[in-house]
Amino acid sequence: MSNGVNVQALLDAREVLKGAPEAAQFTWRASSKWQHGVHSTTKIEKFFGLGQEQSHKNESVFEADHPAIFAAEDNGITPIEYLLVGLAGCLTAGVASVAQNRGIKLNSVESVVEGDHDIRGILGADSDVRNGFNDIKVTFTIDADASKAEIEALVAQSQKRSAVFDALTNPTNVTVEVA
Amino acid sequence: MYVTTAVIGAGHAGLAASHFLTAASVDHVVLERGEVANSWRHERWDSLRLLTPNWLSRLPGAAYEGPDPDGYADMGEVVDLLERSAKDVPVRTGVNVTSVRRSSEGYTLTTSEGPIRARTVVIASGACNRPVVPSFDVPPGVEQVTPFDYRNPSRLPDGGVLVVGASATGVQLAAEIQRSGRPVVLSAGEHVRLPRVYRDRDVLWWMHHAGVWAQRYDELDDLTRARRLPSPQLVAGSTLDLNALTAMGVELVGRLSAIRDGAALFSGGLRNVAALADLKLTRLLDAFDEWAGTVPGERHEPTRVPKSARWRLDLRSGEIGSIVWATGFRPDYSWLDVPVVDEKGALVHDGGVVGAGLYALGLPVLRRRGSTFICGIEDDARDVIGHLVRGLR
Repeated sequence: MSNGVNVQALLDAREVLKGAPEAAQFTWRASSKWQHGVHSTTKIEKFFGLGQEQSHKNESVFEADHPAIFAAEDNGITPIEYLLVGLAGCLTAGVASVAQNRGIKLNSVESVVEGDHDIRGILGADSDVRNGFNDIKVTFTIDADASKAEIEALVAQSQKRSAVFDALTNPTNVTVEVA
Repeated sequence: MYVTTAVIGAGHAGLAASHFLTAASVDHVVLERGEVANSWRHERWDSLRLLTPNWLSRLPGAAYEGPDPDGYADMGEVVDLLERSAKDVPVRTGVNVTSVRRSSEGYTLTTSEGPIRARTVVIASGACNRPVVPSFDVPPGVEQVTPFDYRNPSRLPDGGVLVVGASATGVQLAAEIQRSGRPVVLSAGEHVRLPRVYRDRDVLWWMHHAGVWAQRYDELDDLTRARRLPSPQLVAGSTLDLNALTAMGVELVGRLSAIRDGAALFSGGLRNVAALADLKLTRLLDAFDEWAGTVPGERHEPTRVPKSARWRLDLRSGEIGSIVWATGFRPDYSWLDVPVVDEKGALVHDGGVVGAGLYALGLPVLRRRGSTFICGIEDDARDVIGHLVRGLR
């Protein structure tokens, strides 16, 4: 039975890093460049972890823009939609990993992620409205060789160990400087 | 003074150790900083009762003999139980152990009554010596209370109360504070949901008889997690889960993440910690049914989580007059000058065997899941003292 997740490597890493917290310190990095209007291009390739510089196999390029109804050119998705990409990717990876660890064969895992956003906040139209999402809803549709309760437990455990779920549900210190 | 075994602490664990040492004719002394059952007398809130029914609350040499085996002992009754168990135990009260270090013959103890040399030592000083309080920047004007300070709601200031933590302590205090007329906001992280009664029997009857408490420490998937598990949402006599609290008017919020600019910020993950607890409860009840060989019994309504739980609470607005930190307890080993405590302050031990001639009793999941409860001490003490006695030969 395999969902293609190397769970043993993850479990081994957990044991090793228990005794080596310094190696567990990662820094993820994105480099962004303004194009025109509200369009920007962000590239991701290198990161730091396990005590040294690391690199993805390939550089990834992400275009961010606003849609036409915001009077923009729509060269890419809006920045806040990238949060949905991150959440979906993270929870799905979690479902696959937990299923692998529990010996559950996945046939298909699909999800819809919806973020409710009152844009009066970013427009400054109402100071009581926040800038970010008010609510995020994720709906998974999973076909697996498992009971409904087991599938619900996969999804719950995935949230419990998700980096992006944590980053969205808890506050994080953010420092923005001018170099 | 020289003894073969020095036992530190005359609570349920130290007294149980003494029974088995006496049975093996090992000369020993039980050193107690205060009096027998000191923590139960002085470090608990007024309304606290044991989570276990009386028929389960037994110690070596002392079982419940009163008229209400299905009742739950208050602190006076717990002290009485321990005092009965302490009969014939060589306790020296008022002896504070300030240091334990290795010596050529075993261990040297520095105490308020002078040094004691011992070949072996049993650490039975308790698992809950200090309340754990996270370091947050609470605005002045909001009173902060730990379960060690708390006695009853009347001593809290008027106004709302933020109770942080949804273990047995948190839910019990939230309930009685809400009943006192102070509106409670309960911050819940991961928690253990249990009904008081399942199929007409106390849920701990099931834990005991279905073999859950007998699960050995060295057979658990994740022992570290089992040992750090919060105490279950239980109270004497009735179910006190989050739904019961919501029905009383308690407001649920997520785990406290930070206090920033005078505002408490709660995790948006409340729904998932509730789902985890609900799923785990169902699996536990399924296991009970499987053990009993019967069709499934009643299942519980999923935890009702507010559609949009508040994730920000301004602590400067006057809404909240006090914070009760029900965020757990930790043992105190500051007197232990032997390198057997890990970086998180936990004693490193293998089922109560710490090292050469050094033992521990009375810690959560020490040798079994049942170790966490008073009634678990007898089997643990038999095993651990058995190991100690074999080492003396």
